Amino acid sequence: MAQIVLKQIEKSFKQDKVIEGLDLTIEDGSFTVLVGPSGCGKSTTLRMIAGLEKETGGEIWIGDQCVNGVEPGKRNVAMVFQNYALYPMMTVKENIEFGLVNRKVPRPERERLVKEITEVVGLAEYLHKKPQALSGGQRQRVALARAMVKSPAVFLMDEPLSNLDAKLRHQMRTELIQLHKRLGATFVFVTHDQVEAMSMGDRIVIMNKGLIQQADGPMKIYDDPDNVFTAQFIGTPPMNVMDRERIQPYLNGQLHDDIGQVGFRPEKATMSLESRPQTGHVHFPAHIMTRETLGAEIIYQLESALGLVSVKSFLKPLESASEVNITVSMQDLYYFDRNGVRARQHERSEARELIVLGGKHS
Amino acid sequence: MTFWSRFRPYVMVAPSIVIFSIFFIYPIFYMIFLSFYNWDFINPVKEFVGFNNFVELFKDSAFLQVLSNSLNYTLLSVSLSIVISLLLAIWLNREGAWYGFVQGALFSPHIVSLVSVSLVWMWLMDPKFGLLNGLLDMVGLPKLEWLSSPDSSLLSLVLVSVWKGVGYNALIFIAGLQSIPKDVYEASALDEANWWRKFYKITLPMLSPTLFFLIIINLISSFQVFETIAIMTNGGPINSTNTLVFYIYEYGFRYFKIGYASAAGVILLVVVGLLTLVYFKLLSRKVHYQ
Repeated sequence: MAQIVLKQIEKSFKQDKVIEGLDLTIEDGSFTVLVGPSGCGKSTTLRMIAGLEKETGGEIWIGDQCVNGVEPGKRNVAMVFQNYALYPMMTVKENIEFGLVNRKVPRPERERLVKEITEVVGLAEYLHKKPQALSGGQRQRVALARAMVKSPAVFLMDEPLSNLDAKLRHQMRTELIQLHKRLGATFVFVTHDQVEAMSMGDRIVIMNKGLIQQADGPMKIYDDPDNVFTAQFIGTPPMNVMDRERIQPYLNGQLHDDIGQVGFRPEKATMSLESRPQTGHVHFPAHIMTRETLGAEIIYQLESALGLVSVKSFLKPLESASEVNITVSMQDLYYFDRNGVRARQHERSEARELIVLGGKHS
Repeated sequence: MTFWSRFRPYVMVAPSIVIFSIFFIYPIFYMIFLSFYNWDFINPVKEFVGFNNFVELFKDSAFLQVLSNSLNYTLLSVSLSIVISLLLAIWLNREGAWYGFVQGALFSPHIVSLVSVSLVWMWLMDPKFGLLNGLLDMVGLPKLEWLSSPDSSLLSLVLVSVWKGVGYNALIFIAGLQSIPKDVYEASALDEANWWRKFYKITLPMLSPTLFFLIIINLISSFQVFETIAIMTNGGPINSTNTLVFYIYEYGFRYFKIGYASAAGVILLVVVGLLTLVYFKLLSRKVHYQ
């Protein structure tokens, strides 16, 4: 019904090419999160879907209609803006029904819709207040209500939670997930916060420098990243990635020539005081530099021959010694080729062959 | 607290207070005082006449004509100037060298002295040799009398005032337009608002502080129009362009009826004061502030 398809989308601002050859399919009814560092083109992509930004090349399809050149208001989409973009001179009610009035929806119908929506978002008692009299969270709800009242096929959200405080943000996150379930519409959500992306999206599109790095479900992205960027963008702390030269001495056997970097997740490493090399594991000494005690988990920053490494431990006592040994299973290593692209074919073959010993003597 | 630290603020503001008192407060009260006397500037004796000056003013049909002239001139020039400059501002509020140039060109009359502007327009509006009639003649339209007919003289002055004021007003409007957040317009685009709805429901309300500011300062300055009249028409023909300030000037400094002129000045003060009051009342009630 409202699948969004971007075909070979291109966007440049004067001389600068921001997006080039972008292909993306956003499935009907999905909660898709576009995530990436600032300047990666995620907001621009969203604004092109909304029609606020004109693509310089390619086609955008919403449902079975090519919307290139279709006005924003005629695309059956609604958008929630980062700073809400409420009409400051209108009351909450007028804000919500502005779109309906423009569409010449008859008054009784309008009244019914506004009443319904405001009850859903809990704004019933604020109908006649102006936005400036509302708190950040309430304004956010007005913005949501304004989007919902048009019952669009697609909701576009441009970092809508970034102006809220941590607690409220958490609460709105849950509410948005529930809202998505209830409405069954397509949600496209832009954020630079990977935690937000992981917790909300059923599909995550990671972008960098105008290119899609990976588009998958959250756990798939976490467990099976396509490249170094994705591996390091998702997860706190990011994946430990080191050059082949550094890790080679700790591996038994030669890494394939194509492999440029090797990585492992901080929580897959274990620390021990004694040096106990095991077969099928990478084992190396390290020096603890900092400890972040977050409660259930502790994050260590360590210095080793492999470079700076982070290790995350769960529900374990704080390690007070400064010299420790780190062990990582060979199966938990990720191999990347010299361009930073995941080299899965080598992981399978080499993990079996290599026997790992402690120390530098292989 | 030392003596100096306690009195420093007063010493700091003293110069402006002194200047303000000498040139604004004192003259206002002296004018009100004089409006109750008959005086010719030279005779040391001032004759107290009570409200007689005011009574005579309102008995004088010329003064009533002057009031209505002032009102007509003000309403016409302010409404025309505001509407035209708002439309210009909306047109000019975009990127591009051309728009910058037009904006600068429109603003330039504002920095030219009114006296030279008046002289240039007198020449342009000359019924026989003027450029305007020449142009009208060229396109086959009948020539106009401009300043020399009582029917068109006031309108001609309105034209000059609009021409001179539009650039300044447009500049302020553009500044106001640029302070409206872009995403509000984007939200309205997604809400399917057409051009008129955007203008009427978003631009106008969000521009209202600018709009009211300009309306009031234009009203006040139009009501006090003097230079163009003194140079271009001298209040004529047949009193058709005689306005309040010019009337005051003539009675005060040509006929030396200072008391009478002061009474007219008090009326001007009341009118301008009322306008200012209305401005602040409206500002606090109707106008949207972000």
